Amino acid sequence: MFEWLSHMENTKPLALVIFFVTFVGVILYVFSGRKRAERMESYKNIPFLDDEKVALDRAGETADKDQDNG
Amino acid sequence: MAQGAVAAGTQYDYDIVKRFAIMALVWGVLGMMAGTYIASELAFPFLNFDIPQITFGRLRPGHTTMVIFGFGGNALFATSYYVVQRTSQVRLWGGGLASFTFWGWQAALVIGVLGYLNGITDAKEYAEFPWYVDVLITVVWVAYFVVYVQTLRRRSQPHIYVANWFYLTFILATAILHIFRNLAVPVGLFHPESYSLYAGVQDAMVQWWYGHNAVGFFLTAAFLGMMYYFVPKQAGRPIYSYRLSIIHFWALSFMYMWVGGHHLHWTALPDWTSSLAAAFSILLLMPSWGGMINGIMTLSGAWEKLRTDPIMLFLITALSFYGMSTFEGPMMSLKSVNALSHYTDWTIGHVHSGALGWVAMVSFGSFYHLIPRLWETRLWSTRLVYVHFWLATIGIVLYIAAMWVSGIGQGLMLRAFDDYGNLAYTFIESVQFMHWPLVVRALGGVFFVSGILLMCFNVYMTIRTAKQEHAALEARIAAKMAKVGA
Repeated sequence: MFEWLSHMENTKPLALVIFFVTFVGVILYVFSGRKRAERMESYKNIPFLDDEKVALDRAGETADKDQDNG
Repeated sequence: MAQGAVAAGTQYDYDIVKRFAIMALVWGVLGMMAGTYIASELAFPFLNFDIPQITFGRLRPGHTTMVIFGFGGNALFATSYYVVQRTSQVRLWGGGLASFTFWGWQAALVIGVLGYLNGITDAKEYAEFPWYVDVLITVVWVAYFVVYVQTLRRRSQPHIYVANWFYLTFILATAILHIFRNLAVPVGLFHPESYSLYAGVQDAMVQWWYGHNAVGFFLTAAFLGMMYYFVPKQAGRPIYSYRLSIIHFWALSFMYMWVGGHHLHWTALPDWTSSLAAAFSILLLMPSWGGMINGIMTLSGAWEKLRTDPIMLFLITALSFYGMSTFEGPMMSLKSVNALSHYTDWTIGHVHSGALGWVAMVSFGSFYHLIPRLWETRLWSTRLVYVHFWLATIGIVLYIAAMWVSGIGQGLMLRAFDDYGNLAYTFIESVQFMHWPLVVRALGGVFFVSGILLMCFNVYMTIRTAKQEHAALEARIAAKMAKVGA
């Protein structure tokens, strides 16, 4: 087996098959299954979750200040 | 929707982001001025003034190092530290270690560039640093990796947002490239020179494996990380397709490592190696354009932003240049096209359509978004952003059009034969032909540098205004407290 792997003419097509199959696997995984698709597409909102948090924090700070002033 | 528990009052480390952002602009100005100067030297050789330190051969690696690792590197440190905190909703890990990455990176750049000006170089394109700077960079890079991964491990958000995938692959791939390209034995402990582990065509192959992957992972993947965060944020709408971004990531990661050999067509490199590299270069067109379309389509339904938001103009124009240069690159990797384009100015034009059009423009757009948020204020002048955009765009167009004329003309002249099989033109005739395109190229550089100088002024005024606003606010609060106390 090791002898077979040590020949470049064997390892090159083997590497090609491994990479190609893995890549096709990634494509199939990403684009199959409705629930998985919905879950993955929900991740696109991550950059905006932080804004909600900051807005909530600011709203909290404003409420605190209002209470202090009141 | 995946939403992690967000700890209230989470404080982000913005100081380190601010420092890197400012140094990106400082290195950007120095590097682009150096570039414009050496472009002028090619058009008007008297500008060498017989001063060894400012001749093209010494200043050129200074230019590439300052713009790639100084401007680009600092911009990536700044934005990656910002994005990983904001998308993980956690403070950056390792305050002191993060600070070390800042000082270590600046030290490597200063030592490296001063060395080039004085003739100390490894003479490997984009890897000219001598061995002791390579060691320093390795230590800084390991620290960067640790800071980034530890921050991700502490994230509040269960999913790692795709921008971080791009930043992480950039950090990992750059580490591999840097270490293997620079394997060498120093001549002595107090000697700047070293013996490379590679020689001959093997050295050439390692060089372009390194060189093209520096483009692929440092100047493309990492800036795509920037794009996947700042384009949606500035547009105020999420990325067009998250699943497409995943395919974009894996396709780039699988394919980029194979393409370096296309820099060595028609050389002593085995033919199959450069042919394989050309095949992968063509394949790369698909993920590259998939990513470009994903970024641009984020504006789908909100195209009017391009009329009202100059920052969006920067970001979308950057993506357009990304699309253009990732079409031109595979085309130039074809052996027949390469026979004409290689060793000519066409290659220089191609590199700059990517470096100026994609890397610099996406960085400018991201910084215009980022800097007001870091200093909690508004941009001092939106009008200046418009002016900067047009200066930069005109500069790039002048630059790459001039290089097409110069490069294609040069290639045709060097390949032309007369009826007797003799070269139709002498070398000096091709140099004379290139004079005016080189003048126009230098002019394009002047436009581009003027743009970044305007940006620096705008950023300086923004920060100054922010400080004045904060000081006024603190004074008001202090006066109010004193009143309540009385």
